[in-house]
Amino acid sequence: MATIGGYFLSLKKICKNFPGVKALDNMDLDIKPGEIHALVGENGAGKSTLIKILTGAYQYDEGEMYCQGNKVCFSNPKDAYTLGIACIYQELSLASNMTVTENIFLGRELRIPGVGLLDYRRMNKIAQQAIDDLGIEVDVRKLVESYSMGYRQMIEIARALVANAKLIIMDEPTSSLSAKEVKVLLEKIHKLKEKGIAVVYISHHLDEVMEVADRVTVLRDGCKIKVMDKQDTDKNNLIQLMVGRALAEKFPKVPAKQGNVALRVEGITIDGILDNISFELRTGEVLGFSGLVGAGRTELARAIFGADKIDSGKIFINEQEVKISSPEDAIHHGMAFLTEDRKGQGLVLMHNIRFNASLSGLKRFCSFGHFINTKAMNAEVDGLIKELQLRPSNPLLTTRLLSGGNQQKVVIAKWLCSRSKIFIFDEPTRGIDVGAKVEVYKLINRLAAEGVAVIVISSELPEVMGISDRILVMHEGRIAAEFSHSEVTPSQIMRAATGGMSNE
Amino acid sequence: MSENLQPLPDYDQAHKRKIREMMQQLGALLGLVGLCVILAFSSEYFMTMDNIMNIARQSAINSLVALGMLLTILTAGIDLSVGSILALSIVTMGIVVVKLGVSPIIGIVVCLGIGAFVGLVNGLLLTKMSLPHPFISTMGTQSVARGLALIITAASPISNFPTEIQFLGGGFIGPVPISFILVIFVYAIFHIVLNYTTVGRHIYAVGGNPEATRLSGINIHNVLLFVYTISGLMAALAGLVLVGRVNSAYPLAGLAYESDAIAAVIIGGASFMGGEGTVWGTLIGAMIMAVVRNGLNLLSVSSEMQTVAIGVVIILAVYVDVLRHKAAKKSKA
Repeated sequence: MATIGGYFLSLKKICKNFPGVKALDNMDLDIKPGEIHALVGENGAGKSTLIKILTGAYQYDEGEMYCQGNKVCFSNPKDAYTLGIACIYQELSLASNMTVTENIFLGRELRIPGVGLLDYRRMNKIAQQAIDDLGIEVDVRKLVESYSMGYRQMIEIARALVANAKLIIMDEPTSSLSAKEVKVLLEKIHKLKEKGIAVVYISHHLDEVMEVADRVTVLRDGCKIKVMDKQDTDKNNLIQLMVGRALAEKFPKVPAKQGNVALRVEGITIDGILDNISFELRTGEVLGFSGLVGAGRTELARAIFGADKIDSGKIFINEQEVKISSPEDAIHHGMAFLTEDRKGQGLVLMHNIRFNASLSGLKRFCSFGHFINTKAMNAEVDGLIKELQLRPSNPLLTTRLLSGGNQQKVVIAKWLCSRSKIFIFDEPTRGIDVGAKVEVYKLINRLAAEGVAVIVISSELPEVMGISDRILVMHEGRIAAEFSHSEVTPSQIMRAATGGMSNE
Repeated sequence: MSENLQPLPDYDQAHKRKIREMMQQLGALLGLVGLCVILAFSSEYFMTMDNIMNIARQSAINSLVALGMLLTILTAGIDLSVGSILALSIVTMGIVVVKLGVSPIIGIVVCLGIGAFVGLVNGLLLTKMSLPHPFISTMGTQSVARGLALIITAASPISNFPTEIQFLGGGFIGPVPISFILVIFVYAIFHIVLNYTTVGRHIYAVGGNPEATRLSGINIHNVLLFVYTISGLMAALAGLVLVGRVNSAYPLAGLAYESDAIAAVIIGGASFMGGEGTVWGTLIGAMIMAVVRNGLNLLSVSSEMQTVAIGVVIILAVYVDVLRHKAAKKSKA
């Protein structure tokens, strides 16, 4: 069999069926050695399925796959690994209680010949070499837990290098990285390219894609829509191809009428984390919090919500000082906290939509003390499901099966159901696809229009600029700057977030 | 639009899940029925009214203990102290009623009170003292309660209880043992509590995802205190039934009851990881345990062999569950 056009990996008319759904439909994909190939598409477009086929986690039903000219069909991830295909998953798969070296050699440990004991000297040396090659400062003998997300990503890359990978698949590699770390990562990816290693790069962040990729393949509904050289496309074009229509408005901001001060925070301090934070929030206002990862935004939200203890500071709701020492207190005062980690902290995934949506508001439906009026509760929850246009709309569906955008809607339903008046969103659209993002933005608008006070914490600059009335920028536990929606530019925010501007 | 194209979610899936949940309980129920059919053919005495009522009576104690255990397992916890709580509760009642001559009604209140109190202590150890896992806290109270039971009785049994106390464990209405009626009654109450009250919903939520539950404004500590208190209370109630059956309270009563209870809960389809399980499943689990014991007795299997057989039944039951989960996952992928 002849080599297929000099490609490292080549997929021809690959199909993959799941009960009732064609997840991949005649998918073609060619990866050249040493190219950075981006895959873009909305959630459910088939990206995850495609990756799983490339890594041998799934087997394709029809079609052909060639690796360096040989026809292959991986029956398990090890097959793919042997041929030099490594994948770095969205949720990093490192054991944080083990050392960097142990992680890099996990499953491929080197032994001292003849003795059979682990050869730590050699493993440390090779691991350190790989780390140094990447140009990062990591001591391979330290535990992984002592390194931040950004470093862990690099450690994963080092692991792939040590395994002699020819193709590294990166699935949303930047979803938990700060802007700075993203920059470093993109640099390293170029370094991999110089070594002749191909990278398949999957990301929702089209800016990154446009920066790093050589070629882009757009997927929609399990089909390859188009493959292009980067020069031949731009962001808007990609979005259009992804959603199959032009997005009328990415940020449909509708300023709402603002009323009284709903929430006032004075001098909130947690030693070493938050330093004397004060701000006001009015009804109908959307207040954005920007800043780098680790600037203390989530910590602030958790502190206000009573999830973490504060060392000093006061909280006023409707100009009344309140004592909030647990989420229970916060909810009693009408607050809602929509966490960044929806699966880990927002939903009980094993339970259904109704269960989750009613969880915070159960008390409202109780008669005779603790007995739930199931009928009234279900009626209200089902109404919310319809109103928020949850898809699918079956209230008995397990929330685990929903897409990110719909999971977020269930969390929103939960707080609407408990009649919250102050909504704190932490990264409301993380991991949500473009179309569903707009729906979340519209919901935020609607909340504001109904007189709810909204805080939005977001690492995406266009988002925080697009939906907020006012923006506070945090840096190292302090509020570094305040801007209004109309006057701010991205570079101003970035400067404040990186500590380049004091709050005059 | 792309949301609609997610491979799985549709009515069909929810429906399938419902069916799977039913199958899970149905599976255990079928096991129970199958077991009964086999035994009916093996021993002509098995299907007699006398023997069936006997099983109902014998299963009562484990059914009650298992119900408390179910709650702890639903919160992804465990209660190893139930056997010792049972012993401490009944010997204290024995001292109060038989030795001090206090009225039996007060004796019963003392018995249940002690059970609930030690359960509450379990809960406090877990929540206020933040012991890492209930395995540890309840293992501690297991030893403490057993030791106390031995000390206050000087290690000897107490007998001659008044009829008011023996009524629950020894009484009959027609052919039906009162202890079995009690079990059905208590199970019905628990079914309502778990499915139609806030605390019931909260128990399922805590087991499924404690952090999400806390951030939903639910006081997890109170839920756990409730669960462990009830587990202790149920152990004491089971103790009352035991006293009625044997007319004696002895400090070594209830040895290894925790393992029978855990087995019943798990055989009944509850997940050790928390969040999944039903009272009726647990009842079936307890019945299976009782039927196996009864059947082995009828077939004159030695008690040593019975111990082995019970172990095998537990492992098999859980293995079937593992297979079912795997199959379910496959059909999902």
